[in-house]
Amino acid sequence: MSEGEFEGYGGRHVPEPLFEPLATLAAAYDEVGDSEAFQTELRGYLEDFAGRPTPLYHAANLSERYGAEIYLKREDLLHGGAHKINNCLGQALLAKRAGRERLIAETGAGQHGVATAMVGALLGLETEIYMGEKDVARQEMNVFRMRLMGADVTEVTRGGAGLADAVDAALEDFAENVDSTHYLVGSVVGPDPFPRMVRDFQSVIGREAREQFRERVGELPDAAVACVGGGSNAIGLFHAFRDDPVDFYGAEGGGEGSESDRHAAPLARGEDGTIHGMRTRVIDDDVEVHSVSAGLDYPGVGPEHAMFRAVGRCEYTGVTDEAALAAFRELAETEGIIPALESSHAVARAIELAEEGAHDTILVNLSGRGDKDMATAAEKFSFQ
Amino acid sequence: MNAGTDSEIERTIRENHPALIAYITAGDPSLEETREYVEALDRGGADLIELGLPFSEPIAEGPTIQAAINRSLEAGTTPGAFFDLVAGLETEAPLLVMTYYNMILQHGPDADPEPFVSRAAEAGLAGIIVPDLPAEESGPLRKACEAHGLDLVFIVAPTTDDERLDSIMERTAGFAYVQARLGTTGARADVSGATHDSLARLDEYPIPKAVGFGVSEGDHAAEIVSAGADGVIVGSALVDLIAESEDPVAALESKARELKAGAERGVPEPEQP
Repeated sequence: MSEGEFEGYGGRHVPEPLFEPLATLAAAYDEVGDSEAFQTELRGYLEDFAGRPTPLYHAANLSERYGAEIYLKREDLLHGGAHKINNCLGQALLAKRAGRERLIAETGAGQHGVATAMVGALLGLETEIYMGEKDVARQEMNVFRMRLMGADVTEVTRGGAGLADAVDAALEDFAENVDSTHYLVGSVVGPDPFPRMVRDFQSVIGREAREQFRERVGELPDAAVACVGGGSNAIGLFHAFRDDPVDFYGAEGGGEGSESDRHAAPLARGEDGTIHGMRTRVIDDDVEVHSVSAGLDYPGVGPEHAMFRAVGRCEYTGVTDEAALAAFRELAETEGIIPALESSHAVARAIELAEEGAHDTILVNLSGRGDKDMATAAEKFSFQ
Repeated sequence: MNAGTDSEIERTIRENHPALIAYITAGDPSLEETREYVEALDRGGADLIELGLPFSEPIAEGPTIQAAINRSLEAGTTPGAFFDLVAGLETEAPLLVMTYYNMILQHGPDADPEPFVSRAAEAGLAGIIVPDLPAEESGPLRKACEAHGLDLVFIVAPTTDDERLDSIMERTAGFAYVQARLGTTGARADVSGATHDSLARLDEYPIPKAVGFGVSEGDHAAEIVSAGADGVIVGSALVDLIAESEDPVAALESKARELKAGAERGVPEPEQP
């Protein structure tokens, strides 16, 4: 079995010109990733720049309403408003150590582009963000943020001018400029080494939460819940608990229902396949990829999740748009916290588990804040 | 050498040396038109024809092919209709399908590549090219291809290191697809020099080598052949004609003729005894 494979999932399913550049990156990561000097430097930035550790918050009002103790890991309080910065800092520092002068990334809704622009500015790395022309038009403010931090935003006009086309443009750039450039992938997806590298950088979430739980509660939670698009915040939460008696629940973008033909839940309902350089679970051909949340709107999923599903380590279900929006509103009303629409899927699943009485203590990864979702929310809710 | 090969593709390249290998995306803009285009390329002298079966999530395709894939998907091209088209084609040139591994895995149940290969063989295809399937992970597909008498063609790139080159060249069937430059953007380097460099390290392998370089003119084809290639692969230039020409059928036939003639001009003159 080749390096980076998760029980048959993963691998490097890429066109031949990209194979060696990825092998080179994997070798660089293997050499530097575990070193004390690198880890110390990364820890420093995570604390002083990103704002770690994030609090573990006991959502007392929500807990009282549903009869289980619900705890929120507050990744929404990080710089940039989401867990994305954990990974961006790790990869950018790695790139810098490997002598790269330039970062590239693709972005759809713009969140990953903004996080990449932040670390590019911080570390003095030239940064180029590829973004489909259509997304540039839709996400004007995020484009402005990136440019404000000195990143070049390149509008991609080819093909459908969307995220897939931006990925293509970034891959071409990477293949041609591999000696100077690091391709900063935003989730635990794509070819090896990205799924394991991004997993390692996001694992700080679970390590902290596990420690905080032991100190505050005296024991581990019964269940851990996270939303799954590509799956980086979920793997980040789960990894530290993988050998503990803690049940894992992944909340995918269920769209109009995972039995419908509009969803983004390849684990709950999909099949084995290959996509974007990895062997994993992919949604069926006849399903339109859809979720109310842009971050979950993805046809594949990280290969480690495909493995967790196959071996029964985690239970994955699609949370519908409707349920996620209800949880979004409920957390705002009960706790005064407005979650990202992505994270709202995890909150919805936690509420469901509490109502079923399945677990006494439930840890939820609140992976991001909802400021970016106000326009969507304003369309759905009105206050008269 | 290799005169007794079982491979229809390898035999075709040797008998028609230097071979012209033409690529177009099936279903761009419709499968009915693809039929006419394939026939035009066949008349124009293409020795092998590659048909792209579109996948919604291709990686690292150039803008031209990406746009063709989108047009084909918008037209509703499905594997079933693609195979029906191929089954009805009667060309002199053997046909290959180029597609992504997901299309092959999802054709049958349980991510088994065999049903796709079986259907491809039944439709009369001679070979398969899968850009996102590394040689190391190709075992199940190769086994199915061998069972059904299809060639599985692998790609080598300038970045392929020597160790992997060996494993790719051992596995490729029909020919070795030599991608002579990395991306699809940027300035065109010296065609003959880059081709020569790419082929130099493949000398020891007896299988035919066909080179893809984003060429569009007969003179480029001549340069590639004069640098030692057994075949010239042309894709984007043909896809452009389909998108832009007022009479794609005539344009494809005459472009194929120009490229084939160019390739033939590139054959080195035999040295006088």
